[in-house]
Amino acid sequence: MILPSTLLVVDDEEEFATTLAERLEIRGIATRVAHDGETAVHMVAEAAPQAVLLDVLMPGMKGLDVLTRLRETHPQIPVILLTGQGTTRDGIEGMHRGAFAYLTKPVDLEELLRTLSEAMERGGQS
Amino acid sequence: MKEEAPSSWAEAATAPSRYRTLQRKIVALIAVAALLPLFSLAFINYYEHQHALTAQVQEPLRALVGKTKHSFELYLTERISAINFIASAYSFEQLADKTALNRIFQIMSQAFTGFVDISLIDDSGKLISYVGPYNLKDINYTEQKWFQQVLLRGSYISDVFLGFRQFPHVVVAVRHNNPDGRSWIVRATLDTAQFENIIASMGLEPGSDAFLTNRKGVLQTESRQYGHVLEPLSFSLPPANYEANVYDFADPAGGQYFLALSQIANTDFVLVAMKPRPSLLKAWYTVRLDMVAVFVAGVCVIFAGVFAATRMIIQRLQESDAQRLAAIHQMEHTQRLSSIGRLAAGVAHEINNPLAIINEKAGLLRDLLELRPDFPDKERFAKQIDAILRSVDRCRGITHRMLGFAKRMDVRIEVLDLNAAITETIGFLEREAQYRNVTIERRLAPDLPQIPSDYGQIQQVVLNILNNALAAVADGGTIAVSTWDEGERVGIAVADNGCGMSEETVKHIFEPFFTTKKEKGTGLGMSITYGIVKRLGGDIHIQSALGKGTTVTIFLPKHPPEEQGGSL
Repeated sequence: MILPSTLLVVDDEEEFATTLAERLEIRGIATRVAHDGETAVHMVAEAAPQAVLLDVLMPGMKGLDVLTRLRETHPQIPVILLTGQGTTRDGIEGMHRGAFAYLTKPVDLEELLRTLSEAMERGGQS
Repeated sequence: MKEEAPSSWAEAATAPSRYRTLQRKIVALIAVAALLPLFSLAFINYYEHQHALTAQVQEPLRALVGKTKHSFELYLTERISAINFIASAYSFEQLADKTALNRIFQIMSQAFTGFVDISLIDDSGKLISYVGPYNLKDINYTEQKWFQQVLLRGSYISDVFLGFRQFPHVVVAVRHNNPDGRSWIVRATLDTAQFENIIASMGLEPGSDAFLTNRKGVLQTESRQYGHVLEPLSFSLPPANYEANVYDFADPAGGQYFLALSQIANTDFVLVAMKPRPSLLKAWYTVRLDMVAVFVAGVCVIFAGVFAATRMIIQRLQESDAQRLAAIHQMEHTQRLSSIGRLAAGVAHEINNPLAIINEKAGLLRDLLELRPDFPDKERFAKQIDAILRSVDRCRGITHRMLGFAKRMDVRIEVLDLNAAITETIGFLEREAQYRNVTIERRLAPDLPQIPSDYGQIQQVVLNILNNALAAVADGGTIAVSTWDEGERVGIAVADNGCGMSEETVKHIFEPFFTTKKEKGTGLGMSITYGIVKRLGGDIHIQSALGKGTTVTIFLPKHPPEEQGGSL
């Protein structure tokens, strides 16, 4: 399993984001956290991670807009969307806009790692 | 409460008693509208007809009486003229000579029938000469009424009396004033056989009657019904004059007649003719019977027509009301589900975020635990953490279902995995199935192509059918759900080994409000299911055998139906 060495988790739920980041750190992925869309775009611009985990529902800049921006500036970075279960439609919309995959919350960590690995194998080609 | 209003209003509006009242009102209204002209027509017709017929019957009777009266007058005038001629043409001396009077009498009798005798009376009332069957001599008539009448009026016709041979007679007397100042009276007796002849010539039908009577109501001729000559009538007559008049008349025996009568000029006689009404109006009664029959038949036909038409109208109305009610029910149902769904979605979404945090926190705890092999009571902690994670999984299932339910309310076409939708739906019922020891077999084709359809609607369809299957099977029964690829469409079949349905039930199963579940069902499940499948461009078939089980088969198209496109 090839995992990304760097990852950006974007989620307005701080507890969720930091806890998930910590768990991914344990698994050897250098993970940074952004709590809103604008910060995420800045952080990617500063230091591009190998992958981005992006929540769809956020105050301010919406997840799908962040996705569109990232696909424009960094098309090589695979973006995996996190959606609530009621917003499968957003997930599908995200796929249309070039997301690599979408996962529903609460996330099963094994599934997340598997998806990240697939993304690395395909080298950002979605 | 607001949502209840339309249906309770609609149910009140579709109560059977309302339709009955409505039917009665419509029948009454149309019947009145149709029958009123008929009644008026019949009424007018009845009276016009009666009037015309009465006139038709009365007129000939009036004419007959007029004609007969004229005959009587002619007969009597002739006799008076004859006597007058004799009184004027011969001198007193000639008439006083019995031989001469006898010769005159013989000649007169040849020319005019009916004379019985003739006599000459001088102006003092003394009988001068007489020719006839009586042996009359030296009689003085001074005190007699007829004599005074003759002196007064110049001529006189008596009432009928029984004469010498017990035949009815009348006396005719004429006064002659001679230019030399003398005056004498010629008096003759007529038998009334000629009266009977004149009446006989009227040609009366059986049951009719005609007779002469005087002003005192004493019969002057024979009557068929009211007695013999000189017998008094047992009833009084309407007033008579010289014009023939017709009256409705009831005799003392109760007979109904048209009675025509007329006074005969210069006499005391009244001519009376009677025709019985029933026989006269027989023709009219026949016509009336026909008319009544036609009228009654017309009324019956109108009523039957009105009743049939009204029943048809009411039936149509009832059907359309039922359909409308079904639509209202479905709408209400959808609205209720929709609002529950939105609520559920909101709750589920709110719960999801903290749930995700719990999930991550517990996961982190487990991670940390695994990083510390020397952690005391490691096993115990791992167990607790696993329990938390399992609970999170359960919660996830619940919110998933709640959101899935909410999603069913939003109609949208997406490319979907039919097997996944079915598996998820089966998941909703698994607990009940397990509890009742019912096996739900999944025979889902692994390579089933994804189809564009509505996830929520498909779930609702499958849920409805599975619910029915679950209700049909006994505890320990089996339900098999299968999917397969079939050319341009995909098939879904739900087969159970439950109680099955009769042919009749299968025939009606898609009709709104058709239910076999008594109080438990709305009777809408299968009709909604049918509607959804049709809207999705699919087909639904049911095969069932009583006691063996039921198989519901659905086919869905691989390509969305053109006209509906993506916006169902």
